[in-house]
Amino acid sequence: MEKWENNKAWFLVLPVFIIVAFSSIIPLMTVVNYSIQDIWGPGQRVFVGAEWFKEMMASKRLHDALWRQFLFSGLVLLIEMPLGILLALAMPKRGWGVSASLVTISLPLLIPWNTIGTIWIIFTRPDIGLFGAAVNNFVEFDHTARSLDAWITLMLMEVWHWTPLVALLAYAGLRAIPEAYYQAAKIDGASAWSTFWYIQLPKMRGVLTIAFLLRFMDSFLIYAEPFVLTGGGPGNSTTFLSIYLVKIALLQFDLGPGGAFSLIYFVIVLLFCYMFYQALQRVGKGEKV
Amino acid sequence: MARIELQEIAHSYISDPKDESDYALKRIHNEWEDGGAYALLGPSGCGKTTLLNVISGLLTPSQGRVFYDGTDVTGLPPEKRNIAQVFQFPILYDTMSVFNNLAFPLRNRGISESEVKERVLEVADILELTPFLKKRAAGLAADAKQKISLGRGLVRSDVAAILFDEPLTVIDPHLKWHLRRKLKEVHEQLNLTLIYVTHDQVEALTFADQVMVMYEGELIQTGTPQELFENPTHKFVGYFIGSPGMNFIPCTLDGDIARVDGAGIELDGEIAALGHKAQGKLELGIRPMYLEVHAQSVEGSIPARVKTVEDQGSFKVLTVNLAGNTLRAKLPEGQTVPGNEAWLRFPTQRTKLFADGRLVN
Repeated sequence: MEKWENNKAWFLVLPVFIIVAFSSIIPLMTVVNYSIQDIWGPGQRVFVGAEWFKEMMASKRLHDALWRQFLFSGLVLLIEMPLGILLALAMPKRGWGVSASLVTISLPLLIPWNTIGTIWIIFTRPDIGLFGAAVNNFVEFDHTARSLDAWITLMLMEVWHWTPLVALLAYAGLRAIPEAYYQAAKIDGASAWSTFWYIQLPKMRGVLTIAFLLRFMDSFLIYAEPFVLTGGGPGNSTTFLSIYLVKIALLQFDLGPGGAFSLIYFVIVLLFCYMFYQALQRVGKGEKV
Repeated sequence: MARIELQEIAHSYISDPKDESDYALKRIHNEWEDGGAYALLGPSGCGKTTLLNVISGLLTPSQGRVFYDGTDVTGLPPEKRNIAQVFQFPILYDTMSVFNNLAFPLRNRGISESEVKERVLEVADILELTPFLKKRAAGLAADAKQKISLGRGLVRSDVAAILFDEPLTVIDPHLKWHLRRKLKEVHEQLNLTLIYVTHDQVEALTFADQVMVMYEGELIQTGTPQELFENPTHKFVGYFIGSPGMNFIPCTLDGDIARVDGAGIELDGEIAALGHKAQGKLELGIRPMYLEVHAQSVEGSIPARVKTVEDQGSFKVLTVNLAGNTLRAKLPEGQTVPGNEAWLRFPTQRTKLFADGRLVN
């Protein structure tokens, strides 16, 4: 291939490069900078290499938070994906019910995240909360005192907040299936289950992959809601990675370990998204007899 | 296989239709004989697909009844009617292999696995799909995909009829020809009732024994391709079938003579007599291939001005102006083409009279 003599067109990329630099590259490099040095104050620093990384990788509290995070994301995906698909299947296909259900179902998505935490604090309070007080009539329930209750509350909040996203995406996928597929299925005598399994689900694969990745990333990075609702407690029972990270970096102001932790966190998310994406792309693509 | 009968079918997509124009199907009363190959021909939007869906049960008609072999099936859904339908675009179960795709309609009906295998292999053989049986259906080319759709229609041996809804629209022209021939072979081999919807007259005329022409929600003529060409009972059939379509010229009657702006064209005596009784606007109709063109005046000919000549290879299409009406004539190869003035002769037997768009006979 011949080379261009005039390469001035590259300058046109400059504005984008500057924006990306300020929004991502420079902050990321700052974090890298922290993670390989020990900084006491302005001008007082020592290069420590991979020491912070080693320390953080060996930290039991980080391991605990990581497992908690996996459990949380796993539960979120297990509950929200099927529930979202079910909701989408149950939504009306035409008429005024479409807009009514779309608006109703989207409401939780429109509320600011820390507001959601606050709403659920009040909602689940054992003394005055509608949910908390009602449940306390039957069993003792207090998310500030018992780990299991804290988890249940968090899961309820998370499912209430984010299932609508899965449902909306699945609904869009369902609506995109041409009518002829359903007609062909009827002619072929397919049951409702076969129609779902062989037509609707495969045709929704694209949107469900997106929903899966979005829900994984968001739930893996969750911060505001549990921070407001439980603050990571009781004990450390709901201390997820991001909450722990903020504790280290901003409350204890350990910038070195915090930086190393951030990068490890970042790599984990990236790695999992890549693996999920690859796996989901391959689902149902193998040669089968 | 079965004889399919529609009694006084009308269908509207609007819940309370007010007048005729609200109906997609206006009044269809028709029978399809067992084992026949039928084509349903008409322009887009004339109600062909609606009619097909009424037959298969995907639609319940607003009025009228559907019978298979004398049994009323109007209220039954398609899966209970035992009918096969192939759609315009290939419909596949993406995650299944070709074999499983073909087996799907059989397995859904609880047919034993050994019989499923036998039928699938047989159909795959007819459609030349055998090498792909283990492949996943999603990765195949468009024509192979459509063959799978056809195959799912053919795989059940006991269907009342197979309905095709413009199944070759997405197929390349040379494969189209191949698949059409395949279908014809299948029809001859298995003696199935086939109803084939299309807006392509070549497809309809080559495929079917009987062609039904639909226009604005009505079946306006049924017949062999030859009948439709020679004796269109409706002006639309004249237009739609044959290329170029039939010529129509407004006229008045004067005894046995049709007058077109003073010039006289002799008509068959009986037709003229009926024409005098007929109501509405009278028109002469003649096929371009039957309109005689002469360079000089001959007996019974009338002069017209030549507008254009198109050379179509084996024949020429001459466009002339006769008293403000544009007419087309098909000139066989080798005939001299008149320059400015042409003399037209209307052979009496080939000249038809239409009153309000309907053939007078």
